[in-house]
Amino acid sequence: MHKGTIAKKLFYAFVTIMIVLVFNYILFRVLPGDPLAMMMRNPKATPEMIEGIKHFYGLDQPWHIQFFTYFKNMFAGDFGTSFVFKAPVIQVVAGRILPTVLLVGLAEIIAILVGIVIGVLAAWKRGTRLDVGTLGFSLITYSVPTFWLGMIMIVIFCVGLHLFPTSGMFTPGKSFISTGAMLHDLVKHMVLPVLTMSLVLIGEYALTMRNTLIDVLSEDYITTARAKGFRERYVLTKHALPNAMLPMITIIAINFGFIVAGAIQVETIFSWPGLGRLMYEALSARDYPLLQGIFLLVTVCVIVANVLADITYAYIDPRVKN
Amino acid sequence: MGDDIIVEVKDLKVHFETKKSLATDLFHKDKKPLKAVDGVSFQIRKGEILSLVGESGSGKTTTGKAILQLVKPTGGQVFFHGEEIKSRDKYYMKGFRQKAQMIFQDPYQSVNPRNVVLDIVAEPLDVNGLVKTEEERNERVKIALEQAGMIPAEEFYYRYPYELSGGQRQRVVIASSMIMEPDFIIADEPVSMLDASIRTGILRLMMDLRDRKQLAYLFITHDLSLAWLISDRIAIMYLGKIMEIGEADEIIHRGVHPYTKALTEIMPTPGVNNRGKKRNVLPGETPNPTERINGCKFFSRCYRAQEICKNENPDLCEVSPNHFVACHFAREL
Repeated sequence: MHKGTIAKKLFYAFVTIMIVLVFNYILFRVLPGDPLAMMMRNPKATPEMIEGIKHFYGLDQPWHIQFFTYFKNMFAGDFGTSFVFKAPVIQVVAGRILPTVLLVGLAEIIAILVGIVIGVLAAWKRGTRLDVGTLGFSLITYSVPTFWLGMIMIVIFCVGLHLFPTSGMFTPGKSFISTGAMLHDLVKHMVLPVLTMSLVLIGEYALTMRNTLIDVLSEDYITTARAKGFRERYVLTKHALPNAMLPMITIIAINFGFIVAGAIQVETIFSWPGLGRLMYEALSARDYPLLQGIFLLVTVCVIVANVLADITYAYIDPRVKN
Repeated sequence: MGDDIIVEVKDLKVHFETKKSLATDLFHKDKKPLKAVDGVSFQIRKGEILSLVGESGSGKTTTGKAILQLVKPTGGQVFFHGEEIKSRDKYYMKGFRQKAQMIFQDPYQSVNPRNVVLDIVAEPLDVNGLVKTEEERNERVKIALEQAGMIPAEEFYYRYPYELSGGQRQRVVIASSMIMEPDFIIADEPVSMLDASIRTGILRLMMDLRDRKQLAYLFITHDLSLAWLISDRIAIMYLGKIMEIGEADEIIHRGVHPYTKALTEIMPTPGVNNRGKKRNVLPGETPNPTERINGCKFFSRCYRAQEICKNENPDLCEVSPNHFVACHFAREL
């Protein structure tokens, strides 16, 4: 791709982020609920105390001053102090990134691989029992509510079979004699959330893969290739799949952007200490600075993933290259 | 004469199962087969162009695909060089696929958008392992492209299909068919998606290749005047059956079947005096191909229709040498 085109894309990405920043700021302030009321549960708090807190967080300033302070601080790398955790937003968020990336990233990779395989097989053997079976499986996992699936998993594997722990990332209070033991504990905790999450995602990938591949397989150039006597496997791998992968790249990129946004439902159900659960906590406490911080991170990730998808496209689709 | 028959089709049938709804599927109510091709027979000789003319849905394309075994025939036989096509024999099919090629209607869709011209044209060589060196490969591609009128060929090697015009794409498609040096080509409306100005060039190219290589063509089209212009013989198809088949001039000027007459009647004719002439336009619509018709397929729209036409299907009968008509009143018309 042209250097100029990349620069242009980056510029647009930057503009988008700016607009989202403004929007984020306004969005949380028009939400119902007063952060002070949430913080000051103490009925005996004096007006002076309330004033003090207001002043500390800058809430006594007029809205436009607040707005500019917010922007100025952000460019200085200061995203404010969380109302709830009483710590810099950046620290709170940073601590939650790894668990989420671990959980959602792994689930995505499994879902993409399994989804593509299922989709390709179903499209290739269209109309057979294999196709009908996998189609049913995909539709069911695609439409099952995440929280429900999570709870069923807990009921079966934790309550019923006692195979896995129900929540958290490590067994609380346990100290590990070796890294191996720690990893073992981590894996045990990860199995169910990862499984739930991949099951939910597999359906989307499998269905999209199947549909695009079926579309491509009905194109004339596939019939032409068959008419020239090319073997079925060759037609599939050399002609059909490369063309069918394009829409998949888009979905994969968009979903990867949401990896950090995490899986609010899965993380909440399995008490996974990730960003998704943090967002849920911040939202219930009207923790503006924290919410803004998380939203900024999510926005940047989604936009970066899209820019990367655009660039990837250029490498795999000759029509975009020029 | 018998020796140079390249393709012979005998009573070819292609029926598709139709799915009406889940309910009929579940209860196995009588499934109506869609008779896309319902007993078609013809022969094509070396260096001959046979046009298969019919309206949309008459089964022309399906006939073409069934000959090449791209659609599984329900019945009938196809002979290639006097030998019945063995669709199960992989080794035989490999040879057959090299000698019989198909050109599709839409050159925008019949080439893989991700490959450059050089690879599109050379692909059959690569897959069949027919060339050893890069030079040999380029040389064969060059010859094929130049035959197809892409001169200078080298200039097009590294272009993607989207960088070519419709006519150029169709030439690339033809080049990639010609590289295997086939004896038989099925051309499915090869010019209907092209501008009028480009059509002539493509048609001339195809006829030129016929003259030089003595290819046999099955030319599928809905355009009767085009068929008249380029072909030696014409077969008129209606609802999966051949209604009339014979020499091109014979069909156009001395067509016998009421359907053929209806088609030739509405062919555009030059001349100012023709402007006010009233044309007999065929009444009604083509019946649904899933409908079971015992008698003549054309019964519902025929002005000559009698009781016998409703109940009895007419066979093709020879009204003059090499001119066959499927009509009960063929000799009276």
